[in-house]
Amino acid sequence: MNGPQDLGGRSGFGPVVPEPDEPVFHAPWEGRALGLTLCAGALGHWTLDESRHARERLPPTFYLSASYYDIWLTALEALLERHGEVSAEERATGQARDPGLRPERRLAAADVPAVLAKGGPVDRAPESPPVFAVGDEVCTSRSRVRGHTRLPGYAQGRMGQVVAIRGCHVFPDLNAEGADAGGAWLYAVSFSGEELWGSGAEPGTEVIIDAFEPYLAQA
Amino acid sequence: MHDHGPGDNELSPEEARVRALETILVEKGLVDPAAIDAIIETYAEKVGPRNGAQVVARAWRDGGFAQALRDDATATIAEMGFHGRQAEHMEVVWNGDGVHNMVVCTLCSCYPWAVLGLPPVWYKSPPYRSRAVAEPRAVLAEFGVDLPEETRIRVWDSTAEVRYLVVPERPSGTDGWSEDRLAALVTRDSMIGTGLALQPGAAA
Repeated sequence: MNGPQDLGGRSGFGPVVPEPDEPVFHAPWEGRALGLTLCAGALGHWTLDESRHARERLPPTFYLSASYYDIWLTALEALLERHGEVSAEERATGQARDPGLRPERRLAAADVPAVLAKGGPVDRAPESPPVFAVGDEVCTSRSRVRGHTRLPGYAQGRMGQVVAIRGCHVFPDLNAEGADAGGAWLYAVSFSGEELWGSGAEPGTEVIIDAFEPYLAQA
Repeated sequence: MHDHGPGDNELSPEEARVRALETILVEKGLVDPAAIDAIIETYAEKVGPRNGAQVVARAWRDGGFAQALRDDATATIAEMGFHGRQAEHMEVVWNGDGVHNMVVCTLCSCYPWAVLGLPPVWYKSPPYRSRAVAEPRAVLAEFGVDLPEETRIRVWDSTAEVRYLVVPERPSGTDGWSEDRLAALVTRDSMIGTGLALQPGAAA
């Protein structure tokens, strides 16, 4: 969906403002929100793609004005409610009413280092060879997608060149809907600045995205 | 914003919501509060851009290691002990030969946690995410990086689970330097591509 998260190429957000000596967390609650998000993710109710989609479905006015950890927290509340773990009423009272659904999946403190060190690789066994090869000219899809997608709006309906094959990775557009949807070939695709931005492009620039095979057609 | 101690009832709305959610999840047996502490400690104290700086310094010194990074960055970086969450699929991109690389995630905040830690606020915010792909030279100028016109700028938008680490150009005058000395020249921003490595004498 071309929601508020789809920011590439938009105008009007002003200068980039780096903060000197920025702390990792700006308030203790930010660290708790990060930890809660990771711990709740370990319960296995949703995929990383579903959690991303939960964030991009937040109201645009909120998404564009909230701090990033507030976006995470608000999406986490929505995910826990959708999957029946924490109701809005429980959040309002601050007290548990119903028992948890998956206490057996609780991430124990002792397991945190191993879980973080392992991560969640998304490569999958391919069911067919890649359609495109390095050097191929490709055209990206211009179809409107109402659900989750990782093809940014600025790179829709554009001509690019495959510069690398990244492997066969879980396809986010379907993975966001629930179960592990299987893999799709992933390519690094390069676009010239002129192709993306026309006469408004800065000279001598290019953008490379990682694009899944279903986003691409032979040019 | 100020820190709130125990018993302080002037909570920010976000802090109140986080506390409520944590309380409920702990009561339901779904979250171990000590696990949250461990996650915070990991990213506040253990995992950060010093990891990536070691990778870069070794790549500068050791041609075999640099080649291994080109062949399989994920495995090569993992051998240094940097692996896992948000570094499951690594690629290294190299500055030099008239090319400057810069990394962004226009769609969210994808960032190679295992080598750079958690991303700074500016990396996650709309100004950088909107402009890095459309006007990278202007963004670089705001970071104080002015590149020659003929330098080609390659912007990597992290739209999938591949995470990118930029190897900045090695500053001249560092021949024979140890890995540790070199690593001190490698800033976080130089590994995102919004900065350059420090010049000898500039490192703390």
